[in-house]
Amino acid sequence: MAATDSVAVKRSAGRRFAGLFYGRPRLQIGSLLAAPMAWLVILYLGSLVILLITAFWTVDPLSGSVIKELSWTNFEELVNVPVYREIIWRTVRTALLVTLTDAVIAFPIAFYMAKVAGRKSKAALVVAVLMPLWASYLVKIIAWRAILAEHGVLNWALHPIGLHGPDNGVTSVWLVMSYLWLPYMILPIFAGLERIPDSLIAASEDLGAHPFTTFRKVILPLAFPAVVAGSIFTFSLTLGDYLAPKLVSNEQFIGTAIFDSITNNQPFAAALALVPIVVVIAYLGVARKLGAFEHV
Amino acid sequence: MSRHKGGTPVRAAWFVVAGLVAFMVVLAGCGGGSSSSGGSSGGGGGEELQKLGKGEGQVNLISWAGYVEAGGGENPDWVTPFEEETGCKVNDKVAGTSDEMVKLMETGQYDGVSASGNATARLWAAHEVAPVNTALVPNYKTVFADLKDQPYNTFEGVPYGIPHGRGANLLMWNKEDVTPAPSSWEVTLNPEVASKYKGHITQYDDPMSIAEGALYLKAHEPKLGIENPYELNEEQFNAAVELMKEQAPNVGEYWSSAEQQIEGFANGSNQVGTTWQYQYFALKGENEPVEASPASQGFVPEEGATGWSDTWMISSHAKHPNCMYMWMNWIISPKVNAEVAEWFGEAPAQELACKETENPNFCTEYHAEEPAFWKNVYYWETPLAECSEGGETDCMDYNDWVRAWTEIKG
Repeated sequence: MAATDSVAVKRSAGRRFAGLFYGRPRLQIGSLLAAPMAWLVILYLGSLVILLITAFWTVDPLSGSVIKELSWTNFEELVNVPVYREIIWRTVRTALLVTLTDAVIAFPIAFYMAKVAGRKSKAALVVAVLMPLWASYLVKIIAWRAILAEHGVLNWALHPIGLHGPDNGVTSVWLVMSYLWLPYMILPIFAGLERIPDSLIAASEDLGAHPFTTFRKVILPLAFPAVVAGSIFTFSLTLGDYLAPKLVSNEQFIGTAIFDSITNNQPFAAALALVPIVVVIAYLGVARKLGAFEHV
Repeated sequence: MSRHKGGTPVRAAWFVVAGLVAFMVVLAGCGGGSSSSGGSSGGGGGEELQKLGKGEGQVNLISWAGYVEAGGGENPDWVTPFEEETGCKVNDKVAGTSDEMVKLMETGQYDGVSASGNATARLWAAHEVAPVNTALVPNYKTVFADLKDQPYNTFEGVPYGIPHGRGANLLMWNKEDVTPAPSSWEVTLNPEVASKYKGHITQYDDPMSIAEGALYLKAHEPKLGIENPYELNEEQFNAAVELMKEQAPNVGEYWSSAEQQIEGFANGSNQVGTTWQYQYFALKGENEPVEASPASQGFVPEEGATGWSDTWMISSHAKHPNCMYMWMNWIISPKVNAEVAEWFGEAPAQELACKETENPNFCTEYHAEEPAFWKNVYYWETPLAECSEGGETDCMDYNDWVRAWTEIKG
């Protein structure tokens, strides 16, 4: 009896502190997650909150100083000035087009990787898809600038058949973005197709379905959530991009318009920066409805 | 069971988020007063330096491309000798536009900037720059008289900077694509002529480009009555904006980095447009077939040109003021000012620099000593609602220019 008492007394402060957590699983998990949660909440969500508040401020036209009073001015300007509506629509349209393009290109590649290729060539293809991500994305855009240039390789190749590649503009942005984000579409579709048991496809064939019917009725419905998951990457990455429009377009996108507003009107830039956030939230809502998060 | 348990931490997390949001709202609200302080009228900030002390070991600069060269490749080097002589290590940040310079100065991390006339007044009004004690800059005495006490470097009678040099924005073209050699801005601004080069015209990505349109209209639409392309009433302004909007479909690239434009001309995407001497000489050096308005035209097209007269200004938050004063004196010392001027291709600010140039006729070719020539070059300035003549207040101000520029680019 006395012996155990003295042991209890001799317990170090550290052990006693550790004892606090005994039998309290919620405290355990809470303190474990405190640091990463603080990181997430303060750095990510916190800065978003500040962005949201800033968007309601205005700039004094004379001194250029920020007036910290809430007003709807910036949002009214976003809605009422035609050029901003055009920029937003152009950006969203391009993002949708890039997503569609990537989905169409990625699906056959992912299908081949998941269902046709042997073990070795599958591994090689995964590496090949990932490899472009090792190079800096800025370098890749600049390379595209050289490809699309007037004396670039694309026009050199098209010249003999009397064609001409796109000049700086929306078409170039579409091309570059579709190239840049393709791996982000291939990988989720590949993962989604891998999960479809081969037996389902075999069963469909055994029951006499035409390969196209198998694709339409079995594969596509099962893989569709993966396509939607991939489209979240391609869509949101295109929506917020600054460098590609800056380097291969003569027309403005949301990213470049934000940059141009930062110097003279930060609150307006904040309001503009909220646009892609709102659009992506809406997109995520639709994606959720389509089942993109079921296996996440 | 597990579902029930999961509910509480999620709800707790929401409480934390809500708490933090509330905290940040309060924080943001409290920050209110700080930015609007600093005097109700006038501008500038801090005191001028009274006595030059020992160097602080380094100096942080913001400059235009080509103004602060420290060797490397075939580039000249006037930074290393400065560092050796003064012990001030130079950290330079190149900016592409005046807007960028203003933004960088607002961070308070820089000691000085080579500001053009469309930044100087804004920096002064925002209390970002301090008055300059010209007595501590001995080389200031021999700066060309027509560069001193100008509205873009002197405010309320107090000098806020040291003139660096001046020049006109160039019209440059690719000889192989653009024939005959254009002598007027109409090659980029008259839609009928410009559409020939659709997709290959390059225009500086800055609201100041509207002044180029205004300058063109000044010559070709005299009934608009444009005098100064930076002081435009609503009618004149709208005409200039309309002209730039008509130009937009023909523009292949709005450039804001010198390197981006050099590459554009080198790979053939850009054929004609506004540029700086820096890009022109860089492309010439690479034997690219580019040409600019010839010396016989004074390097400017027939309508004249927009241009710049740059000023080294010292930040009101400068942490290395002694080094900054030494730099300002160094950059306008005859030999260095001659080097900068020849490297960039601009007229020096220092009278004695004309004796130091490698090309003995440099100052004559660049009209450094001819005040009359510069009447045809309109230095960038900040457009203000209050026009200088007669104190009218019906001019479009810089915010109008910025907004219009966004609409022009579409």
